[in-house]
Amino acid sequence: MATENAPQSMYRSREGLGVWEHRGQVAAVGIGHGPTSRRWDGKPDTSVGAISLLALRKAIEDAGVNPEDIDGLVMDELTTTGAFWPQGQELPWDVINAYNRTDAPLDGITQLSAEWILKNMPELTGVQFTMYGRVCMSNAIVVAAQAIGEGRAHTCLVLKAWHNLPGRYYQTGPNAEDAIPGTNAMRSLWGAPACYGTAIQFAEYCRKYGKNHDMMAPFISNSRRNGLKFPEGYWAQHRPEEITHEDYKAARWIAKPANLFDNDIPIMCSAAYLFTTAERARHLKQKPVYILGHASSRGQARSFIPTLDEVEAECASSGRKLLEAAGITVDDVSFENLYDGFPQFHQFHMEGIRYRGIQPGEALDFYQTDISISGPNPVSPSGGNIGSGRSRFWMHTDCIQQIQRRAGERQVTGVDPVIGVSGGPMPTGGNFTCWSATPDY
Amino acid sequence: MKQGVNPDDLTRPFWEAANEERLVIQNCTACDRLQHPPAETCSKCGSGAALEWKQMSGRGRIYHYGVVHDCPIRLLQEDQPFNCAVINLEEDPGIQMYSHLPGTPVDEVPVGAAVELVFDTAANGQKVPEWRVVTDN
Repeated sequence: MATENAPQSMYRSREGLGVWEHRGQVAAVGIGHGPTSRRWDGKPDTSVGAISLLALRKAIEDAGVNPEDIDGLVMDELTTTGAFWPQGQELPWDVINAYNRTDAPLDGITQLSAEWILKNMPELTGVQFTMYGRVCMSNAIVVAAQAIGEGRAHTCLVLKAWHNLPGRYYQTGPNAEDAIPGTNAMRSLWGAPACYGTAIQFAEYCRKYGKNHDMMAPFISNSRRNGLKFPEGYWAQHRPEEITHEDYKAARWIAKPANLFDNDIPIMCSAAYLFTTAERARHLKQKPVYILGHASSRGQARSFIPTLDEVEAECASSGRKLLEAAGITVDDVSFENLYDGFPQFHQFHMEGIRYRGIQPGEALDFYQTDISISGPNPVSPSGGNIGSGRSRFWMHTDCIQQIQRRAGERQVTGVDPVIGVSGGPMPTGGNFTCWSATPDY
Repeated sequence: MKQGVNPDDLTRPFWEAANEERLVIQNCTACDRLQHPPAETCSKCGSGAALEWKQMSGRGRIYHYGVVHDCPIRLLQEDQPFNCAVINLEEDPGIQMYSHLPGTPVDEVPVGAAVELVFDTAANGQKVPEWRVVTDN
């Protein structure tokens, strides 16, 4: 039977739902990452399927569980960073035939089904439950947590992977055509790049609160600095380059006020986690990191681009929902790893949850203070997408590792890492998780 | 130059009106509410039958703007850098349209200024709604 998308009922997208009914009953016990690369080189052992198998097996090994004991798999079958297999280009049959294939020839190359994973991991003999949490790891995490809480699975792999193909980002397909369908034209005829909507919101934010683009420099520098301490990340593995404040201010514009460093870099990457019940977690190799609650945002813009008012209202609601689900106050949060791709909306997430008490319009001033991993107010200790490339999962890995105290050089030292929050992607559409060192904080 | 437009079933009334230098926006008669971009059903009440196309005055204001330096659309790349503004319609400021703001120098965009409807011509001759800053004289 084909794997289905998670029903909306598994996402907690309304305020007033109270404390999550499975608070502290689900734990992360294993982490695995595949290698990163800028673009796929066309070889079988570097395909998105191949690096996903690596990530999954590492997560199983990290947790110390027997693969036969795993009964669930939650993932996203979408893997594109914006790159699609070129129409008319011959399929890579040598890669396709290097694995056990499904009916979709490009499965494992430009998409990734649960069926492909199970066909190529024969050691997973006990998986009875599969489900898609589409869009990004943030979705898959909340779906897996909910599934375990509801008893649909007791030991569940969670996977997200991304492929990237040769060629410039979003420059092929309809964007290279002389004419496009009328529906697409409504949006794309004016040539706004992907970062444009966020840049508009950021511009309005600066106008409203009297801030400016240069004030983002400490956040960008801090993010890359933290990312270079993430050995699984793209920049640490391939281009260990810091971004100074001067680098940031001098970078070329993409869609002013968004410059090169206000955009993340699309890469090939994969990550997997192993979740299980709190009861089983106590007997495994790693220190369990418990999920206190999760929340989702399903905001709808009235027209093309969410206005600043819409963004701020939705982020505040998301913050309230997450704290309500977790049964904590924001004062309990040790550190935040909210999403940063694009970095110009990270402050919306932070202000929404009122991290360290900051109010709308105050985050850029907050960035001018000590936001490092050694200070009392760590911001994005994972480094996020700016620190390690576009994955949308560094933030989650970091929350788990910080609380387990195995974040290595990234380990926060200015706070006791007992509660972390992560999630995204978009301010008006995302999924958020609260992680804890104890099940009953 | 803007890419050509091939009107489809959903958007044909919009593009046909544009060729007559008129701006029409979808309106739900049940909700008395405009919506843009167009959709098969009203995003508020879900009705498809109550949707009509309503002519706009052609007046609006600039919400904000960006300057595009690295455009993914091949046909527009030779025009870089260019303004790309978000326009709020006078009839309902919640309704947005994009504009290159013809006549406004790059990065000299008066945020909040009044704009009026003009028309540009796309690569295949289709007329496209655009907006020009209103000057006092």
